[in-house]
Amino acid sequence: MNELLPLAILATSLGIAPVILAMPDHWSRCRTWVNLTAAAIKVALVAWISIAVANGGEFSVSLTIAPGLTLALQADALAVLFLALSAVLWFLTTIYAVGYLEGGTDRSRFFGFFSLCVASTVGIAMAANLFTFLVFFELLTLATWPLVVHRGSAEAHRAGRVYLTYTLGGGLALTLGTVWLYSLAGDVPFMPRGVLGELPQTHPLALSVIFALLIAGVGVKAALVPLHGWLPISMVAPAPVSALLHAVAVVKAGAFGIMRVVYDVYGVETVQVLGLAAPLAALAAFTILWGSIRALTQDDLKKRLAYSTVSQVSYITLGVALISPVAAIGGLAHLIHQGIMKITLFLAAGNFAEGRGVKNIRAMNGLGRMMPGATLAFTVGSLGMIGIPPLAGFVSKWYLGAGALDANLPAVIALLAGSSLLNAAYFLPILYRVWFLQPEEELPEKRRIGWMLAVPPAATATLVLVAGLLANAPFSPLGWTRFIVSLEYL
Amino acid sequence: MTETLVLLSLPFLAALAAALHARLSAPIGIGATALNAAAAVLIAGGVLREGPATTAIGGWSSPLGIPLVVDGLAVVMLLMTAFVGLGVAVHAMGRSPMDAGPARLAQTRRWFWPLWLMTLGAMNALFLSGDLFNLYVAFEILGLTAVGLTALSGSRSATAAAFDYLIAGLVGSLMVLLGIAIAYAAVGQVDLDIIPSLVATMQGRIALALIVAGLAIKGALFPLHFWMPAAHSSAVPSASALLSALVVKTALYVLLRVSLEGGADAAPLRALLGAAGAGAMFWGGWNALRAERLKLLVAHSTVAQIGLIAVAIGVAGDGMLWKAAVLLILSHALAKAAMFLAAGRIAEELGHDRISGLNREDLRPGAAEFAFAIAAISLVGLPPTAGFIGKWILMEGLIDDGAWLWVGLILIGTVLSAAYLARVVSRCLRGGPHVAPGARRPEWRSGDAAALGLATGALALGLASSIPVALLELTPA
Amino acid sequence: MTPDLVYLATGAGLGALALWRLTTSSDPLRRVLALNVLAVGIAMILLAAAHGPGGADAVPQAFVLTGIVVLVAVTAALLALAETLGPRGD
Repeated sequence: MNELLPLAILATSLGIAPVILAMPDHWSRCRTWVNLTAAAIKVALVAWISIAVANGGEFSVSLTIAPGLTLALQADALAVLFLALSAVLWFLTTIYAVGYLEGGTDRSRFFGFFSLCVASTVGIAMAANLFTFLVFFELLTLATWPLVVHRGSAEAHRAGRVYLTYTLGGGLALTLGTVWLYSLAGDVPFMPRGVLGELPQTHPLALSVIFALLIAGVGVKAALVPLHGWLPISMVAPAPVSALLHAVAVVKAGAFGIMRVVYDVYGVETVQVLGLAAPLAALAAFTILWGSIRALTQDDLKKRLAYSTVSQVSYITLGVALISPVAAIGGLAHLIHQGIMKITLFLAAGNFAEGRGVKNIRAMNGLGRMMPGATLAFTVGSLGMIGIPPLAGFVSKWYLGAGALDANLPAVIALLAGSSLLNAAYFLPILYRVWFLQPEEELPEKRRIGWMLAVPPAATATLVLVAGLLANAPFSPLGWTRFIVSLEYL
Repeated sequence: MTETLVLLSLPFLAALAAALHARLSAPIGIGATALNAAAAVLIAGGVLREGPATTAIGGWSSPLGIPLVVDGLAVVMLLMTAFVGLGVAVHAMGRSPMDAGPARLAQTRRWFWPLWLMTLGAMNALFLSGDLFNLYVAFEILGLTAVGLTALSGSRSATAAAFDYLIAGLVGSLMVLLGIAIAYAAVGQVDLDIIPSLVATMQGRIALALIVAGLAIKGALFPLHFWMPAAHSSAVPSASALLSALVVKTALYVLLRVSLEGGADAAPLRALLGAAGAGAMFWGGWNALRAERLKLLVAHSTVAQIGLIAVAIGVAGDGMLWKAAVLLILSHALAKAAMFLAAGRIAEELGHDRISGLNREDLRPGAAEFAFAIAAISLVGLPPTAGFIGKWILMEGLIDDGAWLWVGLILIGTVLSAAYLARVVSRCLRGGPHVAPGARRPEWRSGDAAALGLATGALALGLASSIPVALLELTPA
Repeated sequence: MTPDLVYLATGAGLGALALWRLTTSSDPLRRVLALNVLAVGIAMILLAAAHGPGGADAVPQAFVLTGIVVLVAVTAALLALAETLGPRGD
């Protein structure tokens, strides 16, 4: 059982991808049925494994590829955090995507690669060594490319080219760093508090360069400035893809990679000894401000959200780089919190575009009366991003601030306050428009928003509220991250 | 023992039968290819159980006798040939839209099987050879049948390419023959294991240089690859697949043997291979970036990939690195065969193979395009394909030795291959306004299955790399 | 010793001439002929090498025979291909 469960979780998306790819396009009912069943089974399996891991269960499976190279999966506490995020949000996004793409072309291709994309996130979550992580990380690049260019327009192809250039470039840096580390250390399994042993004393320079390569490799996907250029451009993708890229799969894979490298490869102590934490924190701080400032001037709603993602994902990096257990709780919790908030915003934005053809902020006046459900979800997401209590975003920011105090870095408090002000400055005007301004002209209903489009943003908005309100419950994201941090900082 | 004789005789006998019975040529060909694969698997099992073996045919010893050597490296190459050949045979067996074409296409189908079976037999003999002269003979048979495969389509461009190929191949063989004779004059033997003593004398070194130059022509190693892009891109798809995936590998195999046998003294040879390989990676990559036709792009990609393999042989000392070269050979064989078959299927359905025209059709050969994409992943060397594992082992070894220049070159070569292959794959991902609502999907044909199977094989081989690596351990070096 | 040297030198000279013709000419027939001359040159070198102090060695002579057989076959194949190609500019 302990070997089968991780494989079963992987199989629920990796196994169905070829099946869906091979289906004729017009088999929509069958495809939807397969998709949703697999997604539901995955949620159940992930729930099972989380409970088992919380009770001390250990799950691992491995396959030797060549001497010294193994593909290995394990479900540790950190893995479960990311697994839960991708399983739940995949389920909801699949429902949304089925509704969104109804009647469109190439749906089998879309859903096939969609499954492959989630399979890669699951693999990234459960990777038990750096090699396995790299394998799934590259698979993620390949699986998301067809999704980005799904619309097939010249613009989409341009975005796809930019996306591929950035991510394959990052992949190359990650590969080089990984191979180099393997050459120094032999196998590099993920273990709490690092696996490098005596190497920091003997090869400090090489380890620092490798750290930079690894962080640059995962940092492309985590959209660390200056490696974030692909993210706003790839907004041409369909809404569910944007939601998935931003909230679950790609940027989170990057942020998760940073966690694995800092916590489970190097270990916080080594990172500190080598003097690598401060540059990383500085980069994260700069990204937070830069993303927020760029978001202010965007009129295209999805672009504003994209720059907001650039900024928000770096909260996670910051939480990791501050080297304080309290900040770490904030950063890890934000992995989940940012995910559910951002997916809410993107799904709502998709509904605005589908329902009334609204893509620019200028045109959003009075949407609240026309589409109350989506607008309400959008409002909850925005307020959460700003950090209004009792929503999820508040909890992460609170812990990040307390961590900054704990690490004796008051400047970070100023950064958080400044960033929250910027968040407010780019979200509140939208909220004002949608609720209080009259539309210049009545927008005709372009398409009826069916339940498949309406329910997922409502569900994730509820999660935002619940994650904030019940933050102290044992299975809340916050409760779980406390459990992880207690392992990393004993 | 019986299995080795099957490998040596069955293909030639079957070729004769297929040539005599035109109507039965396809069943004979498929049957013989399948039997050959089974025999190769049996031999592999034997080597895994009992280790490498040498037999002298008819009890004659050298220099007149013919020693057959079955070790890990030979078995891996035999398996590669057998299974890639099986995939291509599945492609060739299927009905194609060209069946209704002019009479000369019927010729194509008629003569494919005897030529392929002879090629198979020659390659088997080559991999089993334990002496240089035997290698030469196998090369000669191979050279003639490979030219026959090239000319099979009967088109003017293919015939001209076949002519150039035959001349280049014969010049290569003559150089090999001259080298062997000089080696014999120097040492009085032609077994492969005389190579260390050849490296010691001036005369021996000249002999080796001639052999290597001849092999470089046959293996299309830059800058002696001039004949190859035209030959591989103008042949029929199944022939291109065999030529690019298998036939050029035979010369690389012998180069690897020479380098391995030569040991530390063969360092100048390896430096030469490395330099030529680096040149090939750039030259082939650059030409593939500029190619306007799909098959030409794939052919130039072969130039670049042979370069990568030559680099791997060139930088390999003892230890793991030469195994990386073999993994790259295997991965390229599977992926390139898949790619040529897929390109052939795409061209067949679209009626042309201009790269710029791939995304403007209301016709979508999805299966072939998907196979092409998977093969591309393998050629670029992205995980988890065998190409990736090969590159990984190679880079790890190079970093261990501090050879950063080579690491950099390999990374640049990887970027180039990603760039030229993305030109094609991105056009396969068309959608939206380019697609007419009723875009037609062609029917499945055996060619699609073959291409997909081979491409998936390249992917799966990455996960199963421990099997070839275990076999390669059984190579006396 | 001298006849050997003559053989060697002639063989090498023929080979060099033929290689030069092969690389510079584009006429199929000339190239086929050049290839034959190259083979003859190499055969002469081999025969010279076979002639040791203890008389002629059979093995290099067997090599030469094999080479001649291969050459005949290849020449036939080349001529057939050239025939299919037809006159240039066709």
